[in-house]
Amino acid sequence: MLRPDASSRARYLFVAVVVGHVLLISAQVGSPSGPSLFRLAFVGVVTETQRATWALVGGVRSVWDGYMALRGVRAENERLARENTELRVLLQQERAHAGAAEQLRGLLDLRARVPWTTTGAEVVAGSTSPDFRSVTIDKGLSDGVRRDMPVIAPAGVVGRVALPGGHTATVQLIIDRSAAAAGRIERSRTEGIALGNGDGTLRFEYLSATADVVQRGDVVVTAGIDGMYPAGLVLGHIERVERNGPSYRLVTIRPVVDFSTLETVLVLLAPTPVWTPAATARDEKVIR
Amino acid sequence: MIALRVVAFVLGGLVLQSALVRVVGGGAIDLGLVAVVSVALLYGRVAGLLAGTLAGLVQDALGGGVLGMSGLGKSVAGYLTGVVGTQFIVTQTVSRFLVFVGATVMNGALFVGLSVLLGLRHYDRPFLDVALQGVGNAVIGVLLFHLIEFLPGAREWWRVVLERRRKRRFH
Repeated sequence: MLRPDASSRARYLFVAVVVGHVLLISAQVGSPSGPSLFRLAFVGVVTETQRATWALVGGVRSVWDGYMALRGVRAENERLARENTELRVLLQQERAHAGAAEQLRGLLDLRARVPWTTTGAEVVAGSTSPDFRSVTIDKGLSDGVRRDMPVIAPAGVVGRVALPGGHTATVQLIIDRSAAAAGRIERSRTEGIALGNGDGTLRFEYLSATADVVQRGDVVVTAGIDGMYPAGLVLGHIERVERNGPSYRLVTIRPVVDFSTLETVLVLLAPTPVWTPAATARDEKVIR
Repeated sequence: MIALRVVAFVLGGLVLQSALVRVVGGGAIDLGLVAVVSVALLYGRVAGLLAGTLAGLVQDALGGGVLGMSGLGKSVAGYLTGVVGTQFIVTQTVSRFLVFVGATVMNGALFVGLSVLLGLRHYDRPFLDVALQGVGNAVIGVLLFHLIEFLPGAREWWRVVLERRRKRRFH
């Protein structure tokens, strides 16, 4: 019996790997039933390894930072003393502003807190591929985090939970090429769909072409009609508007969240409320 | 031993990419692919194929995408790079640069093509994105090989690699 040589074996292996990948992709695309057990297990192993690596790197960095902090601590002290003085002055000003804001808050009858149950999470790693814009957070299924839960930062929308693991979860950033959210221009109340461009911006599509509804600098908030993001969360500002006759050719949104420095986020644990016009108006007031 | 080196190479590239994405936004460089191509040039097509599979699956899993999308592109790119490395002498800067660009184009064509075909992702300027990433990967890859050649004992090790390739080519 003839045995295949090394060259043939390599070719067979190549074909097997390619066919394996194609079958793997086929098994996932178009499947309506959430992530498979295989996927959850695989992702669990990988994310836990990533979390451990991140903890190790964090430990080494903390030791290094401690060493570096000892050097030049005197200069640091002097600088901090100067900053302290400046900050005290700023604090006085901020107290005055806070008093004014508190009065306005009372007048408008705003509630002081976000009405949803949230959990804080720390970003433990970025994406390992330039094709995906995602981060890994240190909260998972054991903390009540579930797929498609919105993730926000103080400035605005971060994204959604794409894949929760046991103790970690992958969050798809709103700027990912396959991310989307229903948005509304705050000034004109016009709705559209904000889609990730993959390059740090969003494009705003399906806008009405009948009126001049978009201007550079307009604030775009979530519309709350996509069943995922509650209404009123800030998505970003209109950065660029290009028209092609009466219709809009390209509307670009610059997100308010700085994804490169993201360290802590909030996951909205409660399900997104069913949209009603009254609820939407109320939610917008609360969040913003 | 080679398997451990390959795994270390790939995981090192992915960890660096993870840090890079957060600092500079990523996009223009795929260190996972750079690691796969380097492995294929150093250890041959089977190593490149398996390194591509490993790197791609990890990227898909952590990125939240469809498992196998990155793996397919990187496996094919790794295998073909290994074939090119065996059939041709890839020791000059220009030839290495072209190999990295070619591998990026192959990987990009499969990933972007499948993504668009399946309606999973949107690309405004796919050709420009892939071309820019090809140049970025090639610059990093060429610098990496220069660095490897400067390491102690690298000259002898490189001679062994080339000798092994020469034998594969003629037997």
